[in-house]
Amino acid sequence: MKEKMKAKKSFNSNTILLLITIVLFMVLYAGGCIAYGSKGFTHFQTFLNILITNAGLICVACGMTCVMLTGGIDISVGALIAMDCMMLAVGMSKGIGAVPMVAIVLLVGVVFGFVQGFLVGYLEIQPFIVSMAGMFFCRGMTAVICTDQVSITEKINATFYKWANTKVTIPFGGYVNNKGKYMVPYVRPGVIVALIVLILIFIMLRYTKFGRSLYAVGGSAQSAAMMGLNVKRIKMGAYMLSSILCSVGGVCYCLNTMAGSVTRALGLEMDAISSAVIGGTLLTGGVGNVIGSFFGVLINGTISSIVKTNGKLASSWPNILTAALLFIFIVIQSVFGALRARKK
Amino acid sequence: MEENVVLTARGISMTFPGVKALDNVDFTLRKGEIHALMGENGAGKSTLIKCLTGINDFEAGEIHIEGIDGPVRNHSTKDAQNVGISTVYQEVNLCPNLSVAENLFIGREPLTKIRTIDRKSYNKRSAKIMEDLGISVDVTQNLENYSLAIQQMVAIARAVDMDCKVLILDEPTSSLDDEEVEKLFTLMRKLKEKGVGIIFVTHFLEQVYKVCDRITVLRNGTYVGEYTVEELPRVKLVAAMLGKDLDDLAEIKKEQKDYTNEPMEISAKGLSHAGTIKPFDLDIHKGEVVGIGGLLGSGRSELARCIYGADKAQTGTLEISGEPVKINQPIDAMNKGVGMLPDDRKAEGIIADLSVRENIILALQAKRGMFRQLTRAQQEEIADKYIDLIKIKTPSKDTLVKQLSGGNQQKVILARWLATNADFLILDEPTRGIDVGTKSEIQKLIVKLAGEGKSVLFISSEIEEMLRTCNRMVIMRDGQKVGEIDEDLSQEGVMKAIAGGES
Amino acid sequence: MKIWNKIKSWPLLLPVVALILVMAVNIIHDAAVGDNPLSFFMISLRDTTTNGTILFGRIIDIINRGSEVAILAIGMTLVVSASAGTDISVGSVMSLCASFMCMNLAGYGVSSTTTLAKPLIVGLLAAVLMGALCGAFNGTLVSHLSIQPMVATLILYSAARAIGLLLCNDLIVYVRNPSFAFIGAFTGPIPTPILITVVCIILISVVLKKTALGMYIQSVGINAKASRIAGLNSRRLRFLAYLLCGVFASLAGIVASSRITSADSNNIGLYLEMDAILSVALGGNSLGGGKFNLAGSIIGAYTIQAITTTLYALGVSSIQAPVYKAIIVIIIVVIEAPPFKAFIRKHSAARATKGVKA
Repeated sequence: MKEKMKAKKSFNSNTILLLITIVLFMVLYAGGCIAYGSKGFTHFQTFLNILITNAGLICVACGMTCVMLTGGIDISVGALIAMDCMMLAVGMSKGIGAVPMVAIVLLVGVVFGFVQGFLVGYLEIQPFIVSMAGMFFCRGMTAVICTDQVSITEKINATFYKWANTKVTIPFGGYVNNKGKYMVPYVRPGVIVALIVLILIFIMLRYTKFGRSLYAVGGSAQSAAMMGLNVKRIKMGAYMLSSILCSVGGVCYCLNTMAGSVTRALGLEMDAISSAVIGGTLLTGGVGNVIGSFFGVLINGTISSIVKTNGKLASSWPNILTAALLFIFIVIQSVFGALRARKK
Repeated sequence: MEENVVLTARGISMTFPGVKALDNVDFTLRKGEIHALMGENGAGKSTLIKCLTGINDFEAGEIHIEGIDGPVRNHSTKDAQNVGISTVYQEVNLCPNLSVAENLFIGREPLTKIRTIDRKSYNKRSAKIMEDLGISVDVTQNLENYSLAIQQMVAIARAVDMDCKVLILDEPTSSLDDEEVEKLFTLMRKLKEKGVGIIFVTHFLEQVYKVCDRITVLRNGTYVGEYTVEELPRVKLVAAMLGKDLDDLAEIKKEQKDYTNEPMEISAKGLSHAGTIKPFDLDIHKGEVVGIGGLLGSGRSELARCIYGADKAQTGTLEISGEPVKINQPIDAMNKGVGMLPDDRKAEGIIADLSVRENIILALQAKRGMFRQLTRAQQEEIADKYIDLIKIKTPSKDTLVKQLSGGNQQKVILARWLATNADFLILDEPTRGIDVGTKSEIQKLIVKLAGEGKSVLFISSEIEEMLRTCNRMVIMRDGQKVGEIDEDLSQEGVMKAIAGGES
Repeated sequence: MKIWNKIKSWPLLLPVVALILVMAVNIIHDAAVGDNPLSFFMISLRDTTTNGTILFGRIIDIINRGSEVAILAIGMTLVVSASAGTDISVGSVMSLCASFMCMNLAGYGVSSTTTLAKPLIVGLLAAVLMGALCGAFNGTLVSHLSIQPMVATLILYSAARAIGLLLCNDLIVYVRNPSFAFIGAFTGPIPTPILITVVCIILISVVLKKTALGMYIQSVGINAKASRIAGLNSRRLRFLAYLLCGVFASLAGIVASSRITSADSNNIGLYLEMDAILSVALGGNSLGGGKFNLAGSIIGAYTIQAITTTLYALGVSSIQAPVYKAIIVIIIVVIEAPPFKAFIRKHSAARATKGVKA
């Protein structure tokens, strides 16, 4: 009897959204393999490269998911990453060590998240307005730090350079290239960081008081307050978490790009939001998890990867496709929401 | 103090700006009893409850709770919970996206050694709680997968599990069907046996007699009395709630005449809206004033909204002035000469930040369409005309309507519909919360309109004023039209019809 | 005291005070660097080789450069009023409209031209049509699917520029044709963008004056339920507000594109959504919807431009300017926030009682 009830549970609309996402990823990836198999798309390394490129985005999407669970949104993330990269690049070229610089970046994330969270949680200003101002602030601040592109080379900071070029090899899934050499598949340290973040946030959302209260606030802020939760503090916590994870993501991102510039990570907020939405996080809050967002990131990454492998498609295609996917999923959510409302 | 008493409130008074909401009200709750708190809208029920639960800060009076020395004063719902008062509202205040168990335990989850939530433990405890209360649910399922009744019961279970001595149920049954209500009552009786004192607020009379032991009646913020169920039969209860004392209004009496030969203005057949009103028929002749009698929540507003298209009718047909019409939204009805003054003035009546002038001409402008704007001169002329005609007290016609008193706001909305020259007016509680003088003016106006050949559908909680103005009354109970009274309109007859059943 | 209260309730107080502040900063700055302190206000006629005799001066420059923001602010005001949300896609829509226009004028895939492939009017209409289309898209999502305005407009915010690039075959399309460049240049001594803005303002003023649109939109923004009962179609009105916002964005896009005689997808209208929203807020309009004051928004728009120009004069580059604007936005919304107001009221009340006791 109990088994039957559980089976029923796994078939509600939210699970369906997640299933759609996973299937979509598989179809896209399989499509890529079929179309571009000759260009090496089928190699395991291609998949790993998607992870390497998007390590930063995975961290950001985790934070975004937490904010969206409360029914909010944070569009400052792309600009914050640009600022992080610029700070890392400029700081290290001024001779500050890699470890202190990373610590500074994380601290800036905490402070920035605190301000945004305070404005949203305690002053009840629309999250969109707050984070839009945050976005412009960070973008502008990046330019205030330095208007040029600053690269991080081995000469500037050997430690950071070493981190960036470390290969974490994987003992299986390699292939022999056309010169007859066995290629060992690998990931970069950023991927490891991102996956640790993913697991930690997954556990936090499922097994801690704070994690569950994010869901409660998103489900009904009024009810949550009635049940004795401190809604203001929880909201503030969500925005702080988002900015901190974004800074962690910023470091991963910088390890991948090794440069800071004003236009770094332009539109990344969009990728993060669409990853979360595609992964089944409701814009209205209360529903979603980071596993879905992870698959959302993979879908975005696969699209970019396909466009890049093709080589002939215009560079703006990934942007358009991401927006189109976001559009489709928003409409699906809206329709599901209307259906659910009608059932009541 | 009496034996067995868990909660006493003595001499509670509280004023909202300009209104005395509670005036020296007493209330006593005993252990293991279900105590109905009755009164019409605005009688002060919810204000009293909010005083008990710490949402409102009362000015005078004391609250005592068993086992606590000295008067208790709560400042938040959390305070109230700490002294053992839990409340379950009409709207379920739980999170639908969390599991039943989580809803029971959120904010006080059991933790494991490494400070994570002990899911196993609370799932087990939740299952036990629900089992004890005789509710069979899978506690790991999301709350939204269950019916409203179950959700309501989970809310009660949460309240009970937090060691409450006093459980307040504020209109918990309004969105439940009969079967679900029955389930809820079983639960209430079970809790009663455990010694919990339950305060039950409802406007369904039947339910009071089914489950309650005692009734306290409030009227206009004052204490009317405390009765056992046996000593207060239905008709007496309705009388106590509405008040028998006739207000000293000018004698307004519409001349009685036979309208059956007048042309038909409105003819509804089988109109209904799922969840709010069951199919009904209604005919209204030209020049006739028809009242709708019934308690709040009986479907009287919903019937009117259904005709007007505010809630689109899902079944049935409607004829206006003899021609069949399809009403999808209010503007369709307006174009056929219908106007409606809704009961919730703030939410659906006034446009608070617009001026008196704009509020008056809004409906007329909507009827004319966006491109045929009334000139400023025309607007002012119309505004002046109605400010004068129905004596709206306003500093100027360009004053924001939110700055007027309630009665004058109501007159502005009335003026809005008069300006459209509607042939059929629906007035839902036009006299609620306004002073006696304005009340009588509005009643006179209704009679005058009818004399000019307009038809009016009049809804009011005060039977008196409907008796004075109406030719015929429709009686509503539990979302259903149960009858019509067209002759022998008397207070007693109407009350009996509203109360229903044997008395 | 009475006069003080009157001033306090004047709807244009905020933008005018801001404008005066900006002017003061300019005067002080000019005096500090040894210029004529009033050089901010100087207007003169100057002969140029390219445009003949033209008006010259910092104020003219501000009004000229502020044209796009002013035009956007008109549409944004309507959207904010009707839906209590903002349209963050306007900057990107500007860019898309400019790209679509230039693609039409130059022909697909042509990167630079001096002759028009199609008549100018076709290009302009194409731009307006594209703007209307974008507005309709946003409007449908907001009014019919009830999606939060900012999330709905986020889609075009990110996609519009990319679509524009696609239309231009990933190129920056230059249309170096005098009849096209005229829109962003001069009509006699007066900059044409100023004239276009004036025409837009007159048009919308006439519409608001001669039709009931203004009252309808405010009514829906204040109380959508009551408006429906009074016979308004709130969905259609919200849709209309977004549609108009899209059209105005396209006009701003035409001006911006003509100024640089090209369609530079990545830079046209960059950060302008921020300026437009800021104009509306600075104009004394609540971002929570309802009553609007168009004059305030337009003064707000020019104030923003004055701030931008002043920042440039102070040596802040265009990519750094957003920092200061973001701070201004936050200050305005914090002042407007109910919890903040309540806090101030409580604080001043506490001080008042303290004063009485003392």
